[in-house]
Amino acid sequence: MKRLFAAASVLAMAAAAASAEELNLYNWGNYTNPELLEKFEKETGIKVIVTDFDSNDTALAKVKAGGHGYDLVVPSAGYVPIWIKEGLLAESRPDQMENFKNMDPMWVNVDWDPGRHYTVPWQWGTTGVAVNTKYYDGDIDTSAIFLDPPEELKGKINVVPEMGDVMGLAIMYYGGQPCTSDKEILKKVHAGLMEAKKSWLSMDYGNIEKFAKEDLWAGVNWNGSTFRMRLENPAVHYGYPKEGYVVWMDSVALLKDAKNPEAGKKFMNFIMEPENAALISKFARYANGIKGSEEFMPEDMKTAREIVIPEELKSAGRFLPTCPPEVQKLYTRIWTDLQK
Amino acid sequence: MAQAPDTPLAPGALEHELEQADSRSRWLLSLPAIVIITLFATAPLLVMVLYSFLTPGDYGNVIWKFSTEGWTNVLMQRDIFDDTLIWADAHLSIFWRSVKLSLITTLLTLIFGLPTAWFVATRPKGQRELWLFLVTVPFWTNLLVRTIAIQELIRAEGVINNVLIFLHIIDEPIQMMFTDFAIGFGMTYVYLPLMVLPVYAAVEKLDFRLVEAAHDLYASRWTAFRRIILPMIKPGIIAGSILVFIPCLGAYVTPRVLGGGKNLMFGNLIELQFGAGRNWPLGAALSFTLMAIVMVALVYYVRLTSREEKTDV
Repeated sequence: MKRLFAAASVLAMAAAAASAEELNLYNWGNYTNPELLEKFEKETGIKVIVTDFDSNDTALAKVKAGGHGYDLVVPSAGYVPIWIKEGLLAESRPDQMENFKNMDPMWVNVDWDPGRHYTVPWQWGTTGVAVNTKYYDGDIDTSAIFLDPPEELKGKINVVPEMGDVMGLAIMYYGGQPCTSDKEILKKVHAGLMEAKKSWLSMDYGNIEKFAKEDLWAGVNWNGSTFRMRLENPAVHYGYPKEGYVVWMDSVALLKDAKNPEAGKKFMNFIMEPENAALISKFARYANGIKGSEEFMPEDMKTAREIVIPEELKSAGRFLPTCPPEVQKLYTRIWTDLQK
Repeated sequence: MAQAPDTPLAPGALEHELEQADSRSRWLLSLPAIVIITLFATAPLLVMVLYSFLTPGDYGNVIWKFSTEGWTNVLMQRDIFDDTLIWADAHLSIFWRSVKLSLITTLLTLIFGLPTAWFVATRPKGQRELWLFLVTVPFWTNLLVRTIAIQELIRAEGVINNVLIFLHIIDEPIQMMFTDFAIGFGMTYVYLPLMVLPVYAAVEKLDFRLVEAAHDLYASRWTAFRRIILPMIKPGIIAGSILVFIPCLGAYVTPRVLGGGKNLMFGNLIELQFGAGRNWPLGAALSFTLMAIVMVALVYYVRLTSREEKTDV
């Protein structure tokens, strides 16, 4: 009897949930502020359900396969042209939305979505290195941290298994440009990575806790994630490799087969409101590309080295373009070889 | 009075009729299962076979153009730099790593599983259920949660290191996380029940009078074990080994979480082709290679046990 009652109440709950308006957001893991979703629900009555992915490729493959049920997705800059080319995105015209005026002009005419016909900035940041300065007090603004590691850090290094970012950093370290097919440079990259790997401990995602608890002392990492590490362990610092580091932006896009496109557009407009954009940054600790959001940001973010790029290192940042398929194939081979 | 039968019945015709009806209903009863297997197992496999013979699309997926490159790439590849055809040593060494890990795990689960199964099977009848039940307790928790719990035990500031430091046995934490030890430990823990259960079933059926007889004939403990017990519980050991070995070959959560993901397992290699590698035909071909190897292992097992039965008679 009890069980029957439980089953009935589950059914009733499911029915109630189905009647409320829903929006399915497919986003990177540990990246969405629950407060933002609460605020959106309060203002619009639309409940947002978040599903996590851990890499651009996973997200692309899953959505391409169909039957996913998502409305919004948050791909990185270099991937947006692929999503558009594959016909997966709806032309949602954020440039005609009410809050578009808040978008920082430097993020409007971007290569991957000129004039912003498809995407709205979620967050932008950099891929550099994180170092626990308790164990190493030398220069941390260099990719040598993981490619030519100092003796002190050997065996405690993690490299995030993000092929594009790691290949980009290594290519720039050995003097090339991202997406190069120059075999001489790639030979150096291949040999360099193979040699460096002997000093690495792991190639893994989700390392905030492992850095905080000092299982890891250094590695390739994102700026905002390193910021969160520093908040838990003040010895962890972020370095911008002067040989070249990766700048990226993740943007929200509406899927062509979205079940609830109107709610999706509402959400896109909603996050261009400075106060709301600041909520996104407050959680994941990256900048967001919306003017005026600074004044709603937590005090500690306004001066943090992870967020405010030092003047002399600004020019070393590079956006990763979408590499041509034959170059991508070459990189996959090097990547597989690295992990054999 | 001679009896004229109503219907001329040939001898055995009725049985034949019944048999036919019986096989018809059996066929009907198994229809749902056959439909499900065809739809959800055979059809996807056929799609995979098809894809393995196509050309990779630029951004994942496939182009409808016949190619055998997916299959040749399993074993042979063009050199990255000078374009000569060479052995795909990356694939081979990743494959060897998976096989090696599976063999080691099988051996370890046997070493720990056999005494466990023996212990349970030799308890008084009423108690065995309780012990068996305890063996299955880990299955109540999700695999990933259990794996992450192991991380908590072996990390630098984890339970084991902290206790050892507290007891002054070591001064500095031992690096256990992200090592081969961690992978072996995790895999053995996860797959141990799959070895214990079939071995238990075999030990339980063991006729202990035969062991006593062996001792009566002056067999040492080791000889009795080797000559009497081992041959009799062999089917259980083989079944357990197969149950452990096969999922190990494809395992990738445990090696990734505890091994730190620095080295690919065969499962990760397949995943890479469908993700960042954007080479679905190669991924499909690699999956089939794995399946073929599992099949060979199974056929070998079936032959091994059927020969056993023949000699039993």
